[in-house]
Amino acid sequence: MSVPLHHPVDLLRFNTCGSVDDGKSTLIGRLLYDSKSLMDDQVEALERSADLTGGGQINLANLTDGLRAEREQGITIDVAYRYFATPRRKFIIADTPGHVQYTRNMVTGASSANLSVVLVDARLGVIEQSRRHSCIASLLRIPHLVVAVNKMDLVGYSEERFLEIRDNFETFLPRLDMKDVKFIPVSALDGDNVVDPSRNMPWYPGPTLLGHLEDVHIGSDWNLGGFRLPVQWVNRPNNPSNPDLHDFRGLSGQIAGGIVRVGQPVMILPSGFTSTVKEILTPEGRVDEAFCPQSVTLVLEHDIDVSRGDMIVDPANLPGAASELHAKVCWLHPRPLQPGKRYFLKHTTQTVQAAVTAIEHRINITTLDAEAGAPELAMNDIGEIRLRTSSQLVFDGYATNRLTGSFILIEQGTNATVGAGMLHPPAELAKPEYKDFAI
Amino acid sequence: MSSYYLDHLQYLETEALHVMREVASEFERPALLFSGGKDSICLLRLAEKAFRPAEIPMPFLNIDTGHHFPELNEFRDRRAAELGGKLIVRKVEDAIAGGIAVQAPGQVSRNHLQIPTLLAAIEEFRFDCCIGGARRDEEKARAKERFFSFRDSFGQWDPKNQRPEIWNLYNARLNPGENMRVFPLSNWTEMDVWEYIRKEKLEVPSIYFSHRRLCVRRQGQWLPVNDLVPPKPGEQVEELVVRVRTIGDIISTGCVESPADSIDDIIAETSVARVTERGSRADDKASEAAMEDRKKAGYF
Repeated sequence: MSVPLHHPVDLLRFNTCGSVDDGKSTLIGRLLYDSKSLMDDQVEALERSADLTGGGQINLANLTDGLRAEREQGITIDVAYRYFATPRRKFIIADTPGHVQYTRNMVTGASSANLSVVLVDARLGVIEQSRRHSCIASLLRIPHLVVAVNKMDLVGYSEERFLEIRDNFETFLPRLDMKDVKFIPVSALDGDNVVDPSRNMPWYPGPTLLGHLEDVHIGSDWNLGGFRLPVQWVNRPNNPSNPDLHDFRGLSGQIAGGIVRVGQPVMILPSGFTSTVKEILTPEGRVDEAFCPQSVTLVLEHDIDVSRGDMIVDPANLPGAASELHAKVCWLHPRPLQPGKRYFLKHTTQTVQAAVTAIEHRINITTLDAEAGAPELAMNDIGEIRLRTSSQLVFDGYATNRLTGSFILIEQGTNATVGAGMLHPPAELAKPEYKDFAI
Repeated sequence: MSSYYLDHLQYLETEALHVMREVASEFERPALLFSGGKDSICLLRLAEKAFRPAEIPMPFLNIDTGHHFPELNEFRDRRAAELGGKLIVRKVEDAIAGGIAVQAPGQVSRNHLQIPTLLAAIEEFRFDCCIGGARRDEEKARAKERFFSFRDSFGQWDPKNQRPEIWNLYNARLNPGENMRVFPLSNWTEMDVWEYIRKEKLEVPSIYFSHRRLCVRRQGQWLPVNDLVPPKPGEQVEELVVRVRTIGDIISTGCVESPADSIDDIIAETSVARVTERGSRADDKASEAAMEDRKKAGYF
């Protein structure tokens, strides 16, 4: 594989989900192997362990199962990340185990993905696991979904069987809020339609899996709507040798939504102070405009009180603000979530205290139906909850903005990350505390 | 394609800057591990960019095994001085003399002894966070690593009980005595590192480029001949045109025969390489779980 010099390539993040034995590791191994992304020493190591313990059969799963306990037990314990590139794109794969702790692992691996690949065994068709994985992808609002119907070799490469599975899946699609879903028949074991088009399935006119991964349009996956900059770090040079920097005060952070331009009016929330953008510094120097998800430093016209945890926004497109929150939460820890418990809540760049005021219902992850009367949320459960925070949160609904609409819950004492939350759209927009105090 | 678009290097850079600034905000006494190797050279550039025009708000720390390539240490000292940063070097030799690190009988490699030396330095300066240049593509235990990797009060990594990392929300909370290792280059590949070095026109130590060196063949590798690696009886010493692809200790870093004497050449070579970068590191070949075991003990 040769990457042409100076060729601009973008980056696609995807995760693979499937249940035990549906060939997920084989599929990843096939992608890496056929795109020539595996190195000789990795192949040698595979062959070595095949000779020693595998009865001569190469196990592509050994590529991703990096921990001793995983190899001993033949299972995947934690999310593993893999990297490969073609001349057109770079790829980050989050390989998420399908059986134990499926929700926790999938949420971890998929939260920042552009695309999810759900594997379906052609012999078994759409099973509960396939629905569950698709529902989680939909709840996390992953923009693109691929249903890879695997083991087509075991159903005689039957077009009829493929269409049957697709129809079955499509009856369930309206429940998912997924705009882009693609079905691809593959045989990971033999490589059909993974990297190279299948000679066994001439009836399938579409792209191979890799072809689709290379082509899928991800340019609009980031939110370019309302400008949002959660302030991460205040840049104030100490004893600068350059006297020009003596009064320098920059506000650093990663743009979580929209576009910002020099001269644009901005509002700081929750205070409501307003100012205009004087300078924008990016990794590539001073610019006139910057956009999500760039990491920038803004200099404002006025020297106003801004600190970490504040959000700089477009005053013409305000986010919501509340201390009574309504959210979907995915529970990640063996100690269950219960009403009345207190946690730390980290949202963008601020951490506040939060108390769970109610569990409204649990979500059936196979049907997305609400199940009322849940006294608690156990590990791998997803539910709708209400929270009260120690100070107001400035946020957007998760459906509008994944970065300003998400939070994590941290257990006090152990500091374990116990929950992943997705906020509902705000009931009302932010009301600046000092509205009449505009400078 | 719209102009509101980041290519892969810009994306990786923006992600790494976010991580760097989280460290500066969330920790009281962070340090940045800087060896002078190619990955930590990128780290240093990212730190400059994350915090400029302010100075990098943390000292640089290096654990010197005493088996470093001299070219590397010279480069490390010079770069740190150019940036006006505070460089702290803690030596395995001193840790051995102080009884903090104990050599196994007959063991020559000091790779393992970096662990107690690092942990002692963390304690000495009460660092609550160390930023390192490790990448997930290097090794399969590293492929399971988080950006914010929690270590208990013994410096241990517990791979089966890691904090889930969701969206870009990093949980940086610690209890006293606990420690965080943070890896801003988690999602970078070897190729990304070299492309970034080219894009940013970063200087790298001379041993990454092709040079003449006396080597002996051992266990399928060309090892550089020096005081610590004298040729054994019967071994043929050859003068070869080589470079190093990854820098470990001088006693365990294999050289590769290569005419590459520019960053462009290195990138061209990397793009057609058929073995992984760590294929030339004897410390990783000790067993299938060599890296996992060292990380569990407190390695970075």
